[in-house]
Amino acid sequence: MDALILQVLNGLDKGSAYALIALGLTLIFGTLGVVNFAHGALFMIGAFCAVTVQRLLSLSFVTVDETQKDFLGKPLKVETPYVEAWFGPEVGAAIIDWSVPLAIIFAIPIMLAVGFIMERGLIKHFYKREHADQILVTFGLAIVLQELVKHYYGANPIPTPAPDAFKGSFDFGALIGFDPNTIIYPYWRLVYFAFSAVIIAGVFSFLRFTTFGMVVRAGMADRETVGLLGINIDRRFTIMFGIAAAVAGLAGVMYTPINSPNYHMGMDFLVLSFVVVVVGGMGSLPGAVLAGFLLGILESFASFSPIKNFFENWLFLPSIDQIIIYLVAIVILLTRPRGLMGRKGVMEE
Amino acid sequence: MSILEVKNVSKNFGGLKALSNVNLSVVENTVHAIIGPNGAGKSTLLNCFVGKLIPDTGSVMFDGQSVLGRHPFEINQMGISRVFQTPEIFGDLTVIENMLIPIFAKRDGSFRMHALETVANEAEIIEQAEQVLEEMNMADKLHMHSAALSRGDKRRLEIGMCLSQEPRLLLLDEPTAGMARADTNNTIDLLKRIKDERDITIAIIEHDMHVVFSLAERITVLAQGTPLVEDTPENIKIHPKVREAYLGESV
Amino acid sequence: MLGLDRKDTRLLIFVVLLALCAPFLLNPFPTESAMAQFNAGYPDLMQRFAIYGIFAIGFNILFGLTGYLSFGHAAFLGVGSYSTVWMFKLLSYNIVPGIILSVIVAGLFALLIGFISLRRSGIYFSILTLAFAQMSFALAYSVLTPITNGETGLQVYTDDPQYLQSVGSPNVPNLFGIVMRDTYTLDVGAWSFDFNNGYYFCAILMLIAFYLSIRIYRSPFGLMLRAVKSNQQRMNYTGLSTRPYTLAAFVISGMYAGLAGGLLASMDPLAGAERMQWTASGEVVLMTILGGVGTLIGPILGAGFIKYFENIFSKINDATLHSWFGFLPEGLENAVVWILEHFVGAGWHLTLGLLFMLVVIFLPGGLVEGGQKLAAFVTRRGSDKKDKTSGSTEPAE
Repeated sequence: MDALILQVLNGLDKGSAYALIALGLTLIFGTLGVVNFAHGALFMIGAFCAVTVQRLLSLSFVTVDETQKDFLGKPLKVETPYVEAWFGPEVGAAIIDWSVPLAIIFAIPIMLAVGFIMERGLIKHFYKREHADQILVTFGLAIVLQELVKHYYGANPIPTPAPDAFKGSFDFGALIGFDPNTIIYPYWRLVYFAFSAVIIAGVFSFLRFTTFGMVVRAGMADRETVGLLGINIDRRFTIMFGIAAAVAGLAGVMYTPINSPNYHMGMDFLVLSFVVVVVGGMGSLPGAVLAGFLLGILESFASFSPIKNFFENWLFLPSIDQIIIYLVAIVILLTRPRGLMGRKGVMEE
Repeated sequence: MSILEVKNVSKNFGGLKALSNVNLSVVENTVHAIIGPNGAGKSTLLNCFVGKLIPDTGSVMFDGQSVLGRHPFEINQMGISRVFQTPEIFGDLTVIENMLIPIFAKRDGSFRMHALETVANEAEIIEQAEQVLEEMNMADKLHMHSAALSRGDKRRLEIGMCLSQEPRLLLLDEPTAGMARADTNNTIDLLKRIKDERDITIAIIEHDMHVVFSLAERITVLAQGTPLVEDTPENIKIHPKVREAYLGESV
Repeated sequence: MLGLDRKDTRLLIFVVLLALCAPFLLNPFPTESAMAQFNAGYPDLMQRFAIYGIFAIGFNILFGLTGYLSFGHAAFLGVGSYSTVWMFKLLSYNIVPGIILSVIVAGLFALLIGFISLRRSGIYFSILTLAFAQMSFALAYSVLTPITNGETGLQVYTDDPQYLQSVGSPNVPNLFGIVMRDTYTLDVGAWSFDFNNGYYFCAILMLIAFYLSIRIYRSPFGLMLRAVKSNQQRMNYTGLSTRPYTLAAFVISGMYAGLAGGLLASMDPLAGAERMQWTASGEVVLMTILGGVGTLIGPILGAGFIKYFENIFSKINDATLHSWFGFLPEGLENAVVWILEHFVGAGWHLTLGLLFMLVVIFLPGGLVEGGQKLAAFVTRRGSDKKDKTSGSTEPAE
């Protein structure tokens, strides 16, 4: 039982990331009718916002401390981050320590801007083109963004730690009445899950309770009718694109302590997020979230050693966790072609 | 002898009764019109003939065989061709290519892997296609992109494509919808000619009474998903129930 | 000739000449000259021209004719390579069994993937094929390590059985004794030209593949595929079943990809999972649209163009750039070099991505259409404002 709970918990963080990216993909697809192959790149850009903030905050100047000697006997060069010099060593160190959460503030305007520019500068011109063209141009954009990041940040993963307060793990099992040390769960993963839940709830209530959201939902159902009502739907769709970009970006920012960001993380997540969207049902927001968490948890169960060993020993399939999502997706598509919560008529001739 | 036999067909969409207990019989080599106000279930009924919809109850027999549960392409291969309300043609292809496809389908069936034959060598099929286009007065447009045709030409091309398969039953879904009077009259003349020259049964759904009364030999009036009356045009014109329910003051 | 009309025969002869004379055409610069770095006539690159040409021709049969955009064709390439290397390991270094097997296995694999993916069309189809390709990559990279040798890649070891390898035959890939990597170099003055067995083997297969693709384009089957792209509804109501047609096109293009994969392994007896990655699938899409989707010769041009510039751009480094722009004032030189260095060397993929966007945005018809527009522009100016509207409605060559 405790092992099962642990697997569910382990699946939550990846599931959250899938859900957030899939949510944005579905929003863009539902409102604009465009499949955005560059959406994974937005997730990646978010992650590199965190890297950038951390680097900016750690910018240092060098002073020579005559009182200390290094091992060669020369005066010791001391690097002092500017923030420590400005705010004092303690506050400065805390700011650097909290660079990942702080990056959220920095990432929101950046991601919104990236989203607006992408929509106005590129995607807008492709509404009337064929779907194949939309796919191809966003695919090209994804490559460009990925290669630019690779050029400036290198090909290696960049460790971006969580604040000290959230490092390490806590005993979740003891908390809910199991034996101590049975369910150990890292703090930051819990933070990530809570953060994702807040964003998902935010997006849903925004769509449900605001006039803006109402128009967007109406637009998702029938774009032309809403256009006829004289509502400037295009501008709202631009804003929607920005929001979807910000959601993906924030998912990326907060994901950095879990997995060190690298330039190809976007594409890795994108393909799986597409599978999530398809399994959830094209055009269904709740479907995307549900499928995101389900597949994340499923993946975690597949990497659970008894299950993994079973597949390895009896079916000769080591690392079943690498393909389990695809296998399940195939089964679901064969039995329920519209996905778990797909509506009739979406993407059908 | 009837070629299409519809018995007790009902179809619900959610709570909405689109068709209830429709009985209809189309006699071979006649033109049978199905008329009725908007929402009377005409298109739903037509979709049940061609495999797009499956009725909840009842049967649809074409020439003694049930069409229910068959794919549209199978039903076409049985001998039913359909003309759509807005012309459905292959817009990326030329007029002659459009015309070749149904003839190939007629000869080769629903699928054939003729990947190493050459279209240009199929003299017989090309000749047939040219003949039909001649009949449609489109012989001068063989190599035009069909997307560039006028609406009337597209309609004629589509009718030609259906005729080239020599179907036993031709279904027409408001063939003159959205057409100018002159185009409508041309289409009526074309359909009259087809009716006179070929052994063919035509079932037509139409709003335009002018079209209906110039072509039809039998008329079924559909209202709220049920056939109100079925009779000859002359009797329909004077039928009190029809005048009241549908034709109103327009006659 | 060969069942082609005159226009197609001319096109075929043109491509045959291009392929046979490639060693001359691709080495226009003397070996010792500074321009020699722009030569492309060495065996390895010429082989890739031909192999990726096959890959793109096959891809175009699916995408160009039916409009179904597959993002997973690299999977078939990879499967082809693995099949061929396994034949080397089990039988012998003769490439014939390997190439035959690679086509068959890729065809079966395509049948399986196509059967599932073609249940949906449009975007759904693209996503499904992408997911299948990523799954195949994961399978090759880790799950099926016993078959694929995981991240190391599959290669031939000395303790492999090679049951049919006879004592006298060469210990490298060969065609009944003709060694693929052998090259005859012809020196003419300052020039030198390489005639490589492997290249000519690939080129001949490419010509056959090209010929078959012309036949498919001009066949009733090809007409049906174009009808699928144009209007599936009309097709269904004309008594035609679309699924078998699209599936057949998918399998054919998968077999072309398998052949290309088999040839890659025949030139260099290795097979790795990276050959199946999404970037490789994206590359063949780019080759096809760059050359011209739905045109006959487009994919060959696109493949040649991409592979040539990949080779050139990857070789250029900062020092080369500085030597080129040395004539500029120093500040300007540095600025120019700073900008350009993004696009060369390891930055080739950035160029590729940009090229992708530019072609889709500005030249959706690809090089062939670009060439036609240019030709039309030139003739229009040449014919002195004579009002000429070309009514060509045949699919472009």
